[in-house]
Amino acid sequence: MFDKILIANRGEIACRIIRTARRMGIATVAVHSDADQGALHVAMADEAVHIGPSPAAQSYIVIDRIMAAIRQTGAQAVHPGYGFLSENAAFADAVAAEGVAFIGPPADAIRAMGDKITSKTIAADAGVSTVPGHMGIVADADEALRIAGGIGYPVMLKASAGGGGKGMRIAWTEADVREGFEASRNEARASFGDDRMFIEKFVTQPRHIEIQLLCDAHGNGVYLGERECSIQRRNQKVIEEAPSPFLDEATRRAMGEQSLMLARAVGYASAGTVEFIVDQARNFYFLEMNTRLQVEHPVTELITGVDIVEEMIRVANGEPLRLAQDDVRLTGWAVESRVYAEDPYREFLPSIGRLTRYRPPAEVATDSLAVRNDTGVFEGGEISMFYDPMIAKLCTWAPDRAGAIAAMRDALGAFEIEGIGHNLPFLAAVMDHPTFTGGTMTTAFIAEEFPDGFRGVDLPEADLHRIAAAAAAMYRVAEIRRTRLSGRMDNHERKVGTDWVVTIGAMRAEVRLAADRRGTDVTIGGTVLRVESDWTPGDTLATLVVDGQRMVLKVGKITHGFRIRVRGADLTVHVRTPRQAELAALMKVHEAADTSKLLLCPMPGLVVRIDVAPGDAVQEGQALAVVEAMKMENILRAERKGRVASVKAAAGDSLAVDDVILEFE
Amino acid sequence: MSRTTLMAELETRRAQARAGGGARRVDAQHAKGKLTARERIDLLLDEGSFEEFDMFVAHRATDFGMAADRPPGDGVVTGWGTVNGRLVYVFSQDFTVFGGSLSETHAKKICKIQDMALQNGAPVIGLNDSGGARIQEGVASLAGYAEVFQRNVDASGVIPQISVIMGPCAGGAVYSPAMTDFIIMVRGSSYMFVTGPDVVRTVTNEIVTAEELGGAATHTKRSGVADLAFDNDVEALAETRRLVDLLPLSNRTPPPVRPFFDSPDRVEPSLDTLIPANANAPYDMTELILKLADEGDFYAIQPDFAKNILTGFIRIEGRTVGVVANQPMVLAGCLDIDSARKGAKFVRFCDAFGIPLLTLVDVPGFLPGTAQEYGGVIKHGAKLLFAYGEATVPKVTVITRKAYGGAYDVMASKHLRADFNYAWPTAEIAVMGARGAVEILYRSELDDPKKIAARTRDYEDRFANPFVAAEKGFIDEVIQPATTRRRIARAFASLRTKRQDRPWRKHDTIPL
Repeated sequence: MFDKILIANRGEIACRIIRTARRMGIATVAVHSDADQGALHVAMADEAVHIGPSPAAQSYIVIDRIMAAIRQTGAQAVHPGYGFLSENAAFADAVAAEGVAFIGPPADAIRAMGDKITSKTIAADAGVSTVPGHMGIVADADEALRIAGGIGYPVMLKASAGGGGKGMRIAWTEADVREGFEASRNEARASFGDDRMFIEKFVTQPRHIEIQLLCDAHGNGVYLGERECSIQRRNQKVIEEAPSPFLDEATRRAMGEQSLMLARAVGYASAGTVEFIVDQARNFYFLEMNTRLQVEHPVTELITGVDIVEEMIRVANGEPLRLAQDDVRLTGWAVESRVYAEDPYREFLPSIGRLTRYRPPAEVATDSLAVRNDTGVFEGGEISMFYDPMIAKLCTWAPDRAGAIAAMRDALGAFEIEGIGHNLPFLAAVMDHPTFTGGTMTTAFIAEEFPDGFRGVDLPEADLHRIAAAAAAMYRVAEIRRTRLSGRMDNHERKVGTDWVVTIGAMRAEVRLAADRRGTDVTIGGTVLRVESDWTPGDTLATLVVDGQRMVLKVGKITHGFRIRVRGADLTVHVRTPRQAELAALMKVHEAADTSKLLLCPMPGLVVRIDVAPGDAVQEGQALAVVEAMKMENILRAERKGRVASVKAAAGDSLAVDDVILEFE
Repeated sequence: MSRTTLMAELETRRAQARAGGGARRVDAQHAKGKLTARERIDLLLDEGSFEEFDMFVAHRATDFGMAADRPPGDGVVTGWGTVNGRLVYVFSQDFTVFGGSLSETHAKKICKIQDMALQNGAPVIGLNDSGGARIQEGVASLAGYAEVFQRNVDASGVIPQISVIMGPCAGGAVYSPAMTDFIIMVRGSSYMFVTGPDVVRTVTNEIVTAEELGGAATHTKRSGVADLAFDNDVEALAETRRLVDLLPLSNRTPPPVRPFFDSPDRVEPSLDTLIPANANAPYDMTELILKLADEGDFYAIQPDFAKNILTGFIRIEGRTVGVVANQPMVLAGCLDIDSARKGAKFVRFCDAFGIPLLTLVDVPGFLPGTAQEYGGVIKHGAKLLFAYGEATVPKVTVITRKAYGGAYDVMASKHLRADFNYAWPTAEIAVMGARGAVEILYRSELDDPKKIAARTRDYEDRFANPFVAAEKGFIDEVIQPATTRRRIARAFASLRTKRQDRPWRKHDTIPL
């Protein structure tokens, strides 16, 4: 076995690989850019090598830098993780040329699967089901029309080098093909410098299901079941699970066996994933093969008990696989939520900054429940603008799907992130969505169910009552503590009452509290809800049992109540005495002040740069300009969406307070 | 009269007094989103704790037909009650009665509770909503104001005085709040000015609205006259209760202690990375305050004014501590006229009432410029220096990063008899930043950027750390940021018996 491996990656995946290596007794080398000086993977590794400036193009994907780090540290193998150099055949070659093991497939396999058209041809030749379409390059719109007529509409026009939705169009009619072909080709040329196009059948209501493979260099291979990754936002996976709620055993076996046929056809050895789209009749079609460790591999690990990274390392070391297909058992159900530094309330705009609070839920591993959190960050760490905005991969496992989803609900509820925007409310909303819980989602789920973006979940009244009951019981605890102040008049203390009025948005409920030593009976809307909790004032997380049901609330203080985040909803909860409530009802609702359409300089300073130009559309929170004052660079951000009308200041200008920097339309 | 008739008479009179200016005026008050004087008292005090004085007092004026209209209470409700069980005195002006205007008897009612409060050692909370002097009474009304002012002065530093401005407060009326310790305003329905928009227009031709001239935004952001503003009466009064919970009842009683649910030993590893790698990058000092405070609870005072310094109250082990902290997010946390005034006012309040002071330092110096010098930054800056120098309450200081020049001395340095002076390893205690220092020391080498860079490095190596100061004993210990809460909790615990005397004087002559 290797004594030392280098991980040519960063973030959670580097940390995850280091954990397995350490368990196997292998020393680890981390590489890092300027921005990652203090990153978690650097702290975890036995050695760390600085490989360049912050942008990945100048550090993590510079082959020479990684090779230098390998030579410098004497690492015997390299794990590329995912992204960066993981599917770069030239890198695999360079590593091999150095006499160092590449913890991944042979370079030829990477090359063969790297091109969409080539890979599809190889797959078809190997007997893998592929989407009906034209295998070759399409010369022009006329040829495209002819082929589309043959396949049958709708069809997909696709750039050979494509990715991320660029150079891709769906055509429902001949007119669509005629228009779309040139547009897609131009896009492909602009984006990838490669304008080769092909056409295939467009599968409606597709699901994204992929097969995890494990192959060795001795011709052995197994498939570790499938993963369902249909919950995607703009081709970015958000929630994955294993197994798929859609597959039957026969389809699973057919997909697995065909995947292995493809692997054999390209001499595959290592972990790999074959992605399929599956239509409503369970016809499956090859999409592409990912010749690397996938982001979502933990769900497979949770249902198979296989440490995929360990197997990759063993295969790279030349060992034969330790398990045959018959040894593969799929046990229970696993769900993964990708926690991103993206603000769902601001159209999923990436959010960067300091994690002032980062408290993931406790990790658990028992026979009935597992919670696993793969992360590369820590409280007090920074989410930088240079890399993927993923904060963590939160996985839960339970004997069945409903249990895994319930565990995920709890885990998301108990996850605390502050300082930056994050998608926890959105993930929680999906966990409660009937299409997801019913297992009937397609890749169009997010686009169809959240067409106008995410605005928070509207909870049913029964849930609001339970939250109101919890809030009232907690508020009483906080109020009683306030009466325990020193200096009070003996025998004339304040008595905290039993009757309260709780308002949550338009919901108003009168409640009566009867507390005993173990909990509180809350009378609300004619019923009594029992609330039990060990919450004390100042706790930002409240774990309660309300009416027999567990509830996790993220709690913040406000005047007369709490701000509560629960299950995809952000609620302002007021708890008031009847008299306070009566008087509060007389208050006027302040309309938001008409904020002017100007960006004013908040301090005297020097303009370092202006990040926008007239005509630019800006998102709320977007950086507009940088002003240096007292040698500090202050980033000025847009307070709301808008379009820049004119820019009144330029880099190098000295501004006074309230000088106009730019105007919005 | 029979006993029942007497009882009925009492009830009739009470009902009459409680009705204030009548249903029509009460409705008008509500229509403006404002509560009545008594409703406000209900929200300020513990339920059922209010005891009223002088409910039946009526004015004695006879001019201008006043004799015919003598409503009981005379436009102000006064008395006492409790806030979370602790004694406070309160007056609440009733805008529905003569527009809350101040008459001789109205003033006498206020003076009565001011005298009681001073005698018994409990705060006075004034809920202001008054059109001004009762013009019909002439000089008697002015005399009333002055009687109130004199009591404000007498009570200053003896009992906390809080003014909540919940309507107009104009002319002479502003000077009573001005002399109290805290001014809280209500957005949209309160304003304060010495001369109103009409007079301003006549005299100076300036056209300005009451809101622009003296609204909550003006006074919390621009003038610094007010400490806090809230969206409505309900919120303002609830937050006033929170403030009262933090203050001692008088200078004769210690600051209050409250049960707490937060370990004094709590370690915050994230503080080890609070200071950015780039020395010129800002960070939010509020995060440090929140992580040091019990339960992450910080009651900011003047949060919207002179934002380059933070002031406010936290609790450590359930005990009130006043915090003064430079804010690197704004003007790099430098001191200037406004921040020095803001800091000095707060430090003096804490010292007067025995509230220990925690000072968090990251200060690059004083803000340069003609605006500052012409504005008298010398005298204003000296206020903060003076305030720290005269404060005898427990003083604990933590330098997180920069402590440059005279500003280092000002910010509760060892030399101003701070009790504990801690520094983080990232602290830089020096006369100025390295580059500035080198430009003065090596003026002849300025043309040679290489030499200057080397000199700058040398200077940084020598002075950009806490150890030079620690070697001299100006820093008691260099501490790990993560352990700061435990360190300051222990420091304050050890200072609970602190006693420091200063030489006798009538009073000092702080630079005003």
